[in-house]
Amino acid sequence: MTSRSPGRLEAALRAARDAGRKSLVPYITGGLDGWRPAVEAAAAAGADGVEIGIPFSDPVMDGPTIQAAGDRALAAGATPAGILAAAAELDVGVPLVVMTYYNIAHHMGHRRFARSLAETGFAGAILADLPLEESAPWTAAADEAGIETVLLAAPTASAERLAAVCARARGFVYAVGLLGVTGERDTLAASATVIAGRLKAVTDLPVLVGVGVSTPRQATEATTVADGVVVGSAVVRRLLDGHGPEGVGEVVGDLRRALDRHASR
Amino acid sequence: MAMTDPTPEGRFGEFGGCYVPETLVPACQELDRSFRSAWADAAFRDRLESLLRDYAGRPSPLSDCIRLSAELGLRLLLKREDLNHTGSHKINNVLGQALLAQRMGKARLVAETGAGQHGVATATAAALLGMECTVYMGEVDVARQELNVFRMRLLGAEVHAVATGSRTLKDAINEALRDWVATVERTHYCLGSVMGPHPYPWMVREFHRVIGDEARRQCAARLGGDPDVVVACVGGGSNAAGIFSGFTDGEAELVGVEPAGGAAVGRGIPGVVHGSLSYLMQDEFGQVLEAASISAGLDYPGVGPEHAHLARTGRARYESVTDDEVLAAFELLSRTEGIIPALEPAHGLAWISRERRALAGRTVLLNLSGRGDKDVDLVMGLQA
Ligand SMILES: Cc1ncc(COP(=O)(O)O)c(C=O)c1O
Repeated sequence: MTSRSPGRLEAALRAARDAGRKSLVPYITGGLDGWRPAVEAAAAAGADGVEIGIPFSDPVMDGPTIQAAGDRALAAGATPAGILAAAAELDVGVPLVVMTYYNIAHHMGHRRFARSLAETGFAGAILADLPLEESAPWTAAADEAGIETVLLAAPTASAERLAAVCARARGFVYAVGLLGVTGERDTLAASATVIAGRLKAVTDLPVLVGVGVSTPRQATEATTVADGVVVGSAVVRRLLDGHGPEGVGEVVGDLRRALDRHASR
Repeated sequence: MAMTDPTPEGRFGEFGGCYVPETLVPACQELDRSFRSAWADAAFRDRLESLLRDYAGRPSPLSDCIRLSAELGLRLLLKREDLNHTGSHKINNVLGQALLAQRMGKARLVAETGAGQHGVATATAAALLGMECTVYMGEVDVARQELNVFRMRLLGAEVHAVATGSRTLKDAINEALRDWVATVERTHYCLGSVMGPHPYPWMVREFHRVIGDEARRQCAARLGGDPDVVVACVGGGSNAAGIFSGFTDGEAELVGVEPAGGAAVGRGIPGVVHGSLSYLMQDEFGQVLEAASISAGLDYPGVGPEHAHLARTGRARYESVTDDEVLAAFELLSRTEGIIPALEPAHGLAWISRERRALAGRTVLLNLSGRGDKDVDLVMGLQA
């Protein structure tokens, strides 16, 4: 492995791991009513980083909750530039990661999008429909701007593919916990710890499980193997249901406490 | 310039590629490998050819339009894909993909549909081969193509009405992709046009190449050579890709006709949705716009990447027509030739009819991609 110096996102998640803490990264749809106070509340409640979604018209990796949030934000006039500019005013002390679909970056232009992210204080980016094979034009621009590109790793991948994904991933590796789109499920899929374990065997990068992780119990189960979790729909649902930033703070706080209790056992 | 294979990465010039969520990449790669091996396998091609002949009714005839040609002042020929089993060109692709799915050991087909023709074709192939079938269709289309919804259910398919976004083809594709992400281990996504991630644009064109190959032989016999102009409607672009592929290495002009409200080539700029980079109607921020067309099968803001390439290189050109022009053409063909066309290929005829002066005296081949039974209700409603 080359001695690449880790970016802010990777450094923060490694520091958490070194301190024996499981990472918690909530997802919040940018442009949704109350989203900025929600990011602040999530950070205050113990998030190690926050993913901020830029809504896209055709979110094929998202289930009903995040689709609805994106639709609502778009109807309210959310734009990529508007969300980035608003995020620039956040001062939450944890790294921010943008999550969106590739056309948003492609349309703005790879370099312009990467630079805008850097200028508005983002540490990383996740493009849900940009797989490794198509990622080079984007990652070149992102690397140049100092933006860490988080790549997804899915249960369908071969061992060789997982290794290739990990080699190009920055920040952390996003382990897709199940076959399916984002959304809350009753139980954690067995595939969640399996994919986390397969990834841990081939990379030293932090491995966070997302998709299908919603409850404190699911989070603690996933982190018996993984270094952390990404929780989206369960968080966004609080905003959709009108519980506001306080509601977000509560879910994130519950998850935080469960992860900490579990880690200290 | 012929329509050649894309690069191994699935590029036609700068367009194409494989932009899918990571979960689906291995499935697309497997499909690429399986299609390559099947397409090189004489036994697979024999099986497909016999199904196309003995089940779907190929070859489809080439019809001379006597009365309409006289009325328009040109020589109009129709490639009669409307006479295929299930009523459109869609069956060519579906039989190929269903056989391929079986070869890959996948027992379930999922499909999107706009006009319902691709959904009906997929449900038909599933019934024929004893496979499960789920079809996603936008709510708006479920309402305007009710006959096809009933046909799909009769054929044993599960039809889901999609209530998100534009509630038309674009969102049906989103929902089919979401299904596939969750079920990829046992499901094949039977995509209905020359779009989506590699290898679909290439594979679907190859399955429809039979249209162009037959038409070229038929034209050689009837006309002693290629027609002057080859015309096809373009939604995703499969029927156009099929017929164009028979003529690209010749001199014939190739014209794709889009609806004015879904003119991806005419009004689009390069962008990525549903797996490939192509022309796409989008707003200033990169959000995909909703198309607006009377024809459910063409009501789509994107277009297959090979068409973007054909447009960019100038080998084909893309024109658009309005809903009113289409309705007039729908009636014109019915009245003069006794052929009720689907609203989709009526776009091609609408363009020919509008441009008849420029086309005077020339030989024009129109791909009549489907029959109009499914649209009769809708047109009746408009006339009421
Ligand atoms: C008869 C007919 N023609 C054309 C189309 C449009 O598809 P494509 O552009 O892929 O040929 C459809 C789609 O439903 C159709 O039913």
